[in-house]
Amino acid sequence: MSIQITIDGQPVVTEAGENLVDVAAQNSVYIPTLCYLKGKPCLGTCRVCSVRVNGHITAACSVPVTEGMQVEVDTTELADMRKALIESLFSEGNHNCPSCEKSGRCELQATGYEVEMVVSRFPYRFPLRPREVAADHIWLERDRCIFCQRCVEFIRDRQTDQKIFSIKGRGITAQIEVNTELANRMPPEQVREAADICPVGCIIEKGVGFNDPIGRRKFELQSVRERALGEEES
Amino acid sequence: MSRKLVIDPVTRIEGHGKVTIQLDDDNNVTDAKLHVVEFRGFEKLIQGHPYWEAPMLLQRICGICFVSHHLCGAKALDDMVGVGLGSGIPMLPTAEKVRRLGHYAQQLQSHVTAYFYLVVPEMLFGMDAPPEQRNVLGLVEQNPALVKRVVALRKWGQELIRTVLGKRMHGISSVPGGVSKNISLEERDRFLNGEEGLLSIDEVIEYAQEGLKLFYEFHEQHREQVDSFAVVPSLDMCLVNDEGNVDYYHGRIRILDEDKRIVREFDYHDYLEHFSEATEEWSYMKFPFLKDLGREKGSVRVGPLARMNVTKTLSTPLAQAALEKFHAYTGGKSNNMTLHTNWARAIEIIHSAELIKELLHDPDLQNEQLLMTPADNAWTGEGIGVVEAPRGTLLHHYRADRSGSISFANLIVSTTQNNSVINRTVRSVAQDYISGKAEITEGMMNAIEVGIRAYDPCLSCATHALGQMPLEISLFDAEGQIVDEQRR
Repeated sequence: MSIQITIDGQPVVTEAGENLVDVAAQNSVYIPTLCYLKGKPCLGTCRVCSVRVNGHITAACSVPVTEGMQVEVDTTELADMRKALIESLFSEGNHNCPSCEKSGRCELQATGYEVEMVVSRFPYRFPLRPREVAADHIWLERDRCIFCQRCVEFIRDRQTDQKIFSIKGRGITAQIEVNTELANRMPPEQVREAADICPVGCIIEKGVGFNDPIGRRKFELQSVRERALGEEES
Repeated sequence: MSRKLVIDPVTRIEGHGKVTIQLDDDNNVTDAKLHVVEFRGFEKLIQGHPYWEAPMLLQRICGICFVSHHLCGAKALDDMVGVGLGSGIPMLPTAEKVRRLGHYAQQLQSHVTAYFYLVVPEMLFGMDAPPEQRNVLGLVEQNPALVKRVVALRKWGQELIRTVLGKRMHGISSVPGGVSKNISLEERDRFLNGEEGLLSIDEVIEYAQEGLKLFYEFHEQHREQVDSFAVVPSLDMCLVNDEGNVDYYHGRIRILDEDKRIVREFDYHDYLEHFSEATEEWSYMKFPFLKDLGREKGSVRVGPLARMNVTKTLSTPLAQAALEKFHAYTGGKSNNMTLHTNWARAIEIIHSAELIKELLHDPDLQNEQLLMTPADNAWTGEGIGVVEAPRGTLLHHYRADRSGSISFANLIVSTTQNNSVINRTVRSVAQDYISGKAEITEGMMNAIEVGIRAYDPCLSCATHALGQMPLEISLFDAEGQIVDEQRR
């Protein structure tokens, strides 16, 4: 059913129940995301897509659009709030971009650039979460995990549909885990999918890295905004 | 009453160091030392990281010779995954030549920086010139045309590094088994032919010769001073190829004595059989030495002077002509004149430019075969890489467990190798310029720095270790009295 909503005061005609992040992108309005993947169920974990809907701040990825909905995205206050959320993700982990294999392909890094983050306003926590290296082909650099849960929900054992990744603990003691037995059954393309789906450099393929030269890496070829808006690769 | 003179900080070097000179009642120098007062920790902090990150993370040790660290790490990883020279497997021609191209580009720009910005001011204005004159700004005022050419040379070197490694500083191109990109014809032609704001290779070679010309003029005018300043005998060490000529990317380690007799020659993978390191409480920089010759006699000199002493010939015409003159000056003996390091550096500036020109004309640079894939059972878990960095022989040694986690790293950098000879230089200059003098002038103190600067030391690289060197912290009160001391 066709409905009309407004985004930053502009009328937008769309279908009821569509995801707000997708509707905004279809209308050239970029809302940053780190857990949401188009076509996949909403996770609502990172909150980086926070916008104001009918006067209330909420995660855009969790909102199915309804008739008359008034959405604010591009305000100074909201932009700063989203930037603060990105900054908090940096300060809660150890994100050493200069030597990280994911640099140039990292959604957190790319989104940080997109929101013009320079340095985090929050004190860095420098967490010490031990690396998990027992699996044959997967290396977990836990200090980079932002707990988006993409891997937990979308990477499953192909025989049993069991989850391969999980989150153990709560709050500051939480950490990502991998079921080594199931991980060792993952075919190479699924290992690659897990590394690609990770928005940071937490899940990395063992022995693989830095293969794309600087200038030809994912977000150097096309920015995270251009990708989100579905623009043609330049 | 005895006195202590302190030069702190030593200026126009990479990193932080200080010099102390101990005088007796008659102003005679009784001791002089270079203390390296900064502290890093790279050997420790790399532990636990995935091995393939090592060349990327460890190159951050330096903002000057990062390409050397990157390549050294890459060579070590080649060994580790089983496609390295340690396993007797030669690198793919394109991969090796791309690596060499980046390496020579860095040598060019690093030497140009050290020579023109850090050393030439004293050559033009003298060691006694006022500090506000003997610096790069004084150079701009006195010879703006020269400085413009130097800036253009550095820019060219940096731009070539960017093309090969992706960034002007801390780029990435070498991965285990090869490189991630080649050099396109379009990229190559920019450097061969130049463009608006970028020199051509022929202009680079022309400008590169100015350094040598400058040295010859300076030497002609101040021969006595240049030849007698800190004459410090030492063993000389560098990588050599099968012909006994310096190879900046790969070779065997050769060590010569003053008469150019081979004292030691070995595969660098065996370095632990030959070298040990000593530590001192007063410096964070270690003192490597050949085990069987002992701490003083077994210390070596590395870098431009050592390389020009060791190499029999240089493969490019202009550099070879300059080398012949350099060798003739000491009649077949090793050159121990510290200020002749700048002569050697000027020769290497030309040699780097000529080597780059040769490589730019090599069609292998455009080849698409960039990477060797190791066989399933090729993993060795250990790798050693050695290159000739601008400041001398640089070594990276890593071990990793089968999970890929680095369990051990050892870096022996050029400035560390030079630690003993730099300290001997400091003592020599202190004896000649300060000992017994009634009044100590600023120029005399600067002479000490000139001696250190000849080595272009990188103290930031040299103080990378953690866990073996003493750490001493003194707490002073407002009156300068020690109230607490902690020692690790």
